[in-house]
Amino acid sequence: MKQKIRHTNNTERNDLSEKSQAYLRIHAHALFSSLGRVVKNTFTSVMTIIVMAIAISLASGFYLLVVNMQQLTGNIESTNQISLFLKSNISDNSGKKLAEKISQNAAVGEVVLITKEQALREFKVYSGFGDALNVLDTNPLPTVIQILPKNTLDDVKTIESLMMEFNRLPQVDFAQLDMQWVKRLQSMMQIFQRGVLVLTLLLGFAVLVITGNTIRLELQNRRDEVLVAKLVGATHSFIQRPFLYTGFWLGFLSGVTAWLLVSIIMLVIQGPIETLSVLYDGTFNLSYFSFIDIVLLLSISSFLSIAGSWIVLHFQLQQIKPR
Amino acid sequence: MLKFDHVSKRYPDAGDALLDVSFHLKQGEMAFLTGHSGAGKSTLLKLIAMMELCTRGHVLLDGQNLNKVTEKNVPYIRRKLGLIFQDNKLLYDRTVFDNVALPLIVSGYSYQEVGRRVRAALDKVGLLGKEKKYPMTLSGGEQQRVGIARAVINKPRMILADEPTGNLDPELSAEVMQLFEQFQKVGVTVLIASHDVDLLTQMGHRILTLDHGQLKAS
Repeated sequence: MKQKIRHTNNTERNDLSEKSQAYLRIHAHALFSSLGRVVKNTFTSVMTIIVMAIAISLASGFYLLVVNMQQLTGNIESTNQISLFLKSNISDNSGKKLAEKISQNAAVGEVVLITKEQALREFKVYSGFGDALNVLDTNPLPTVIQILPKNTLDDVKTIESLMMEFNRLPQVDFAQLDMQWVKRLQSMMQIFQRGVLVLTLLLGFAVLVITGNTIRLELQNRRDEVLVAKLVGATHSFIQRPFLYTGFWLGFLSGVTAWLLVSIIMLVIQGPIETLSVLYDGTFNLSYFSFIDIVLLLSISSFLSIAGSWIVLHFQLQQIKPR
Repeated sequence: MLKFDHVSKRYPDAGDALLDVSFHLKQGEMAFLTGHSGAGKSTLLKLIAMMELCTRGHVLLDGQNLNKVTEKNVPYIRRKLGLIFQDNKLLYDRTVFDNVALPLIVSGYSYQEVGRRVRAALDKVGLLGKEKKYPMTLSGGEQQRVGIARAVINKPRMILADEPTGNLDPELSAEVMQLFEQFQKVGVTVLIASHDVDLLTQMGHRILTLDHGQLKAS
């Protein structure tokens, strides 16, 4: 009796491992046969992959643009400094005295004086006018005092009242809070980001539709095969599996192509970016995809393609009679 | 094995294809289904293969009421059957081997098992050595036998054949029929739709005759 029970257990276990083996076999078969089919239908596959890759690289390219711009504005964000532009008749010397006086203010952290000469030199270097400025008889630039408040970001009210106070000083032509244009830039960035988000959703939807359509055509081409498979007892999931894998390959390969495309674009703009970086005193480094970004890119493109295929299969397979 | 219980099938546009059909086939029995074209032979086979559902009555296969089979279980019903069609329904872009192997692939057999069984089935129908050929390069009779090999590879309980000798000359037809008899001898139930009355009467099996959807003699 005992032996008999053990025997049944064994056969059950064998059945189970046999079933899981069969399951793996069916999946491996579908994975590689679908890749074979993607390769065999070279022209169609390449066309589809290129179209999808362009959509994906647009989306991921915009993503990189946002990331890089955030880095730029992020740098600026930390410098909510107040710039005091002194009246042009104020000499560098009295400017220096004023700067010393201001630095004694409890709310002030750091004070930097930019003399007229210094300003002109910097302007020559960065504006690109260079020697053309030598033509000028007099230096038209004012003396500037840059003030970094002690409590930097959080206390907007103190900073604003501080600025008002400086604005009332007789030597000051006008005081400018750099934070204002940072705020403007940031809100513009928000609009831009929102736009990129909408665009990305649209492009993702495009990927969904493109794979869906490719799979629909593939299904039409293999209608007989589906019919015969149904008649010899193929389950719904068996029939749709190779198509889903085809969708996966299309999405995955499009993702890889998009990654390449974006990398090429990055190489092309590398030069100008480096020039820009110099202008930002080298603080600006071009961000590229991180490892996680690449994994995400490939997963999302594969997932979208599988989803597109699944939706099409869900509706189209039922139309192939018999059940 | 197979029981038709007052079965009727009505198509919305074409009217009654089958009317109050009742008969019973025992396990291991071989029978012919005959009648003029449009008498309902194909419809009857389609009901067994679950390509259609009957409008009235019950079809019982292996004790299972086909009306009550859920969509999910239809494939498992079909795996009990070996279907043979007049037009073969072979896949012309695949080799003979791949065509015959399909029912096994669908059921997830191992490659060794598939290879072994495909060769056995092809040997049975006299096509051993043609595994790598494409169906188009074979004669009509050979193509029909590829279809038969595909139908029997899954060791079905029942073989259904719709005009399997429709495109064959008398000699080949007799050969194919003998093949079916061999399967019957090992316990497979066989139901063959055919209008080749001469051949059928020679063979001396049970004959079901349909006339405008009604069963005449059993």
